[in-house]
Amino acid sequence: MSHYFAEVSYLLASILFVFGLKGLSHPDSARRGMHLAQFGMLMAIIGTLLHKDIVSYEWIIVGLIIGSAIGGSIAHFVPMTALPQQTALSHAFGAFAAALVGVSEYHTHGGTASHFTLGALGADVVLGSLTTTGSLIATMKLQGWLPGAPFTFQGQKVFNLALLAATVGCFGWWLAVPSAAVAFYFMAVLALTVGVMLVLPIGTADMPVVMSLLNSYAGLAATATGFAISNNVLIIAGTLNGFSGFILSVIMCRAMNRSIRNVLFGAFGQAAESAAATGAEPMREISLDDTAVQLAYARQVVFVPGYGMATAQAQHAVHELAGMLEARGVIVKYAIHPVAGRMPGHMNVLLAEANVPYSLLCELEAINPEFPSTDVAVVIGANDVVNPDARDNPGSAIAGMPILEVDHAKSVIVLKRGQGKGFSGLENPLFSKPNTGMLYGDAKDSLMRLAEAVRAA
Amino acid sequence: MNPDALISSVYVCALAAFLGYLVISRVPSLLHSPLMSTTNAISGISLVGSIVTAGAQHSRLSTFLGFLAVTCATINVVGGFWITERMLRFFHKPPAAKRKE
Repeated sequence: MSHYFAEVSYLLASILFVFGLKGLSHPDSARRGMHLAQFGMLMAIIGTLLHKDIVSYEWIIVGLIIGSAIGGSIAHFVPMTALPQQTALSHAFGAFAAALVGVSEYHTHGGTASHFTLGALGADVVLGSLTTTGSLIATMKLQGWLPGAPFTFQGQKVFNLALLAATVGCFGWWLAVPSAAVAFYFMAVLALTVGVMLVLPIGTADMPVVMSLLNSYAGLAATATGFAISNNVLIIAGTLNGFSGFILSVIMCRAMNRSIRNVLFGAFGQAAESAAATGAEPMREISLDDTAVQLAYARQVVFVPGYGMATAQAQHAVHELAGMLEARGVIVKYAIHPVAGRMPGHMNVLLAEANVPYSLLCELEAINPEFPSTDVAVVIGANDVVNPDARDNPGSAIAGMPILEVDHAKSVIVLKRGQGKGFSGLENPLFSKPNTGMLYGDAKDSLMRLAEAVRAA
Repeated sequence: MNPDALISSVYVCALAAFLGYLVISRVPSLLHSPLMSTTNAISGISLVGSIVTAGAQHSRLSTFLGFLAVTCATINVVGGFWITERMLRFFHKPPAAKRKE
């Protein structure tokens, strides 16, 4: 009887998950969708607690309480600028849980299961392990505990391929001799190492792709668990997550003009070394007052945020300045590049947090035709996503990447901390164009002073 | 797993993939961050497997592994849903919808 109850609860949960994701197709229905998904999860948990195999509840309850306390407090107190780290950490925990279930399953049933079940179990452990360490490395890079620059060494690709081959080899050995626990645990350790080596060579600027990919792997690990313990809700939820991560990776890749293969083999993050455009033209510095006057008397202003806005915590200052301009009758819009920030949609969340209505957050395709009729484009801590070289210079490391064409605006103001090259290390010819003015200083500080100056203008 | 169960599981997986593709490709880039944290929370469904492992008492080690898995998966589920909730609370309609007209 309880068996049927569990199955019904799983079916219900699966349906609710799909409805939940469907809700995300519009911001107005998103929260309701989310509540459906949460309810689905609750149903699945209750259904499982009635499972006939469960004889003792104490450890389950302790685990649920500790987990809720840790997860809840991290999610409650983390600032939105640190959203990518939190998400990466969450991936690590989820994947680790999936891997642990696999290990425990093997420990309990040994090699007695069918070959197919063993294969799923192995895939679960490998994917879970490599996602765990990969996500942890990503978290540390995003948090600044590890250097954000790509970590590379001679023969890295050969080494990584050998590591991968060794993992697959262990997998094969273990499938042939399922009782060989050594092979199983060796495989797990190798997979943990693969995860580290996979993410280390990737620079923080490429994190949106990595985050999406780890998201996908975490989902696939859950799917594999589902096959291993023949549980359909795991298969469904894992596949949904795997696909979502995969679709996001494809979108991110397209937005950076990189192929999926290029990403899968971790060959990126090194492109920046080439293309050293020498003989940069001088940049024109613009004063705060001149900027304020330009903004105050503009007809349309477009803000272009990048990761620099997040590090400067400047999202509220942007909104304040925008409010000041709107009060003067200026049309204000925001141009969001798909890979701006450190995870997909990062900039949207930050601006929404600062009370910017979502209808003003424009996607790349929507805003690009508007730049020629824009008086001032304000670039806040963004670099590669507005680099005209991607469009004009076929030899550039980012050639072909779709950009926000701010250089078509009548005037461009670039808020920048200093004269350095930014994360990617690429020259940006936008900065030396005649219609570009550089406003140096902390973005938040500059924006707040601009708001003051506009009020006075 | 016997072949029949396997085939039906593969069916489930294939249909879920198809459904996932249809549903997720309609999510606007505006909501990509909440999408990622939601799917992340949903995949914490391995909690279901962890619970059975922790409660079945096959051996002391498997109970311990299960307990650890329950804790981690719960962090994943609760953290993922909570942060999504926080994010989605930010996205609201423009208060000045009338001002535009």
